[in-house]
Amino acid sequence: MIKRIIGRGVLAGAIAGLLAFAFARIFAEPQINQAIAYESGRDAATDALDKATGVTPPMAGPDIFSRTIQSTVGIGTGMIFFGMAMGAMFAVAYALCLGRTGRLQARTLSLLVAGGGLLGFYLVPFLKYPANPPAIGHPETIQQRGSLYLVMVLCSIVFLIAAVWLGQKLKPRFGNWNATLLGGAAYVAAVVIVMALLPALGHLAANVHLYGDHATETPLPLTDKAGQIVYPGFPADVLFSFRFYSVLAQVILWGTIGLVFAPMAQRLLQPAPATTAPAGTPDPVAA
Amino acid sequence: MSSLSAPAESAAPAIPAVISGSRATVWLISTFIIALAVYYFIGVDQGAFSVFGNDMHIHEFVHDSRHFLGFPCH
Repeated sequence: MIKRIIGRGVLAGAIAGLLAFAFARIFAEPQINQAIAYESGRDAATDALDKATGVTPPMAGPDIFSRTIQSTVGIGTGMIFFGMAMGAMFAVAYALCLGRTGRLQARTLSLLVAGGGLLGFYLVPFLKYPANPPAIGHPETIQQRGSLYLVMVLCSIVFLIAAVWLGQKLKPRFGNWNATLLGGAAYVAAVVIVMALLPALGHLAANVHLYGDHATETPLPLTDKAGQIVYPGFPADVLFSFRFYSVLAQVILWGTIGLVFAPMAQRLLQPAPATTAPAGTPDPVAA
Repeated sequence: MSSLSAPAESAAPAIPAVISGSRATVWLISTFIIALAVYYFIGVDQGAFSVFGNDMHIHEFVHDSRHFLGFPCH
């Protein structure tokens, strides 16, 4: 049973990753290209400023893979394998929820677990540390940003599991509806506390030291010594579109996992009684 | 029959209860670890942390998806 659940989860994840990849190809890549164009233009402007003041510009990083590779096979591999990994996580969570989360139907549970995955793995961390296109993010802070993001992911997932556990504990006393609300409220409260405690990326010591006191790392207009703007700040529309499509891609990914897994789980766990159940069970229900 | 559809729905065959046993536990844990490793290599490795030192091949290959999936990249 467990092997079949995991296999179906990974399959649903692969399909979901494929769909998210198609979405990314159509919607994300144009935004990524605009962000990279902005970055190149800004680097050129910075180099020109440095030369004018007699500073040697830093060397550019190596291009191991071409943009063509990155924007096709690269992002495809990333999205599909990410989908499969999330499908596997989903299956583990689904198997653990079976029989422990009340009288949910197989298909309903599938959608709920997928919603939990979206929330825990992506949406809640995104509220604090949203996705950024290329050109946003200072190399000096990658370690801190990486660690902070993982702390946020870990907290949101652990709190979500704890909230479900709490809801189950409170159910006998407060009833299904109120216990669910209480569990949800506890989750929101815990997440808000962690978000308030973790620093904004712009407030990291290295950023304040190098760039001044700003909330984020989004590039501001580049100015010369006289204070004239020589290169604009990061285009707001590109940033919004990139983040919006990033959220949509995750909704597609987790939505597909939940919807593809649901009928497979039902066939696996609740087969139609007419064919497999022994006599004496209630009439089959065409659900 | 149709008037009974609501109660019949709730009386549909119950989901097999708790999946347990050591074999299931082994499957769950190993699946979790493999999925975690894939998550790590797509999202994190050769960025904040690196298991292969200074190499940037994985990072550069999945670069676009890393940004798009919400991970800090570089």
